[in-house]
Amino acid sequence: MKYLLPGIFFGFVAVKSEVVSWFRIQEMFHFDSIHMYGIIGLAVLVGMISLQLIKRFQLKDLSGAPISVADKDMTPKRYIIGGSIFGLGWALVGACPGPMYALVGDGYWMMLVPMFFAFLGTMTYGMIREKLPH
Amino acid sequence: MLEFLQQPMPWYVAGPLIGLMVPLLLLLDNRQFGISSAYRHMCAAVLPKGKFSFFSYDWKAQRWNLVFVLGIVIGGYLASLTTPEGYATAISEQTKLALGEWGITNFSGLIPAEIFNLSFLATPAGVAIMVVGGFFIGFGARYGGGCTSGHAISGLSNLQLPSLIAVVGFFAGGLLMTYFILPLILN
Repeated sequence: MKYLLPGIFFGFVAVKSEVVSWFRIQEMFHFDSIHMYGIIGLAVLVGMISLQLIKRFQLKDLSGAPISVADKDMTPKRYIIGGSIFGLGWALVGACPGPMYALVGDGYWMMLVPMFFAFLGTMTYGMIREKLPH
Repeated sequence: MLEFLQQPMPWYVAGPLIGLMVPLLLLLDNRQFGISSAYRHMCAAVLPKGKFSFFSYDWKAQRWNLVFVLGIVIGGYLASLTTPEGYATAISEQTKLALGEWGITNFSGLIPAEIFNLSFLATPAGVAIMVVGGFFIGFGARYGGGCTSGHAISGLSNLQLPSLIAVVGFFAGGLLMTYFILPLILN
């Protein structure tokens, strides 16, 4: 349950900063504002510095276990194809997975429709993945 | 206090706060910030074990991810309590003009009321946006091994070249949709 609070924090920030807004996503893809790029850029910068500090000082997690972040496999095909399919959906719905949850909490019930189909899309991928190039 | 909370959060405050999710989740229990995997765990929870290898794992060991997305819903609800009357997303004038050409002129709230309603869902355009769009998000996120949180934020923070490739893919797909396909759907 200790992950409930970080989730609440993220959902709150995502709504208040309009990261979850369809309008902001369109604005981003039209290159009309720094808003989304600034948020993603600064998030990556802070994440990168924190990770460097965690590695440099070999910090442990709450249970005292060493923190390790595995490298991702270098299999370019899946990132190019899968990433592009995700991008098509991202621009269509105007929200990525995290924001969809936040929008439902914010009272935008219609987001349950793309969420249900994201669930089905995940299921379909899992069922046919052996047939797909990776 | 309420007046302060009612203000939208500037991007230069939100960016660092979201970036802090990366060390926070690692320090709590060595977990990597990533959201789309929650759908995989839901599939694993409802599908019969052993039928599909991709969904045959101990999803309960990944329960934190489901708790995390539940938290996001609650966070969204708490944020709704601070939404002022007549709130509209303050996007740039150029974007408003571009969206106007698609017939979107109502910028109140966070998503366009013209699109996200039941009667629009019954049109081909509504199916394309809400049904096909959602499907692509779920399918593409797992195919590509992550979404905006897992690749763009966690992966890039960890200087992962695969994540950079995935993010380029996100934008390639997103721009293709925005400039070539969405105008056809909405016009």
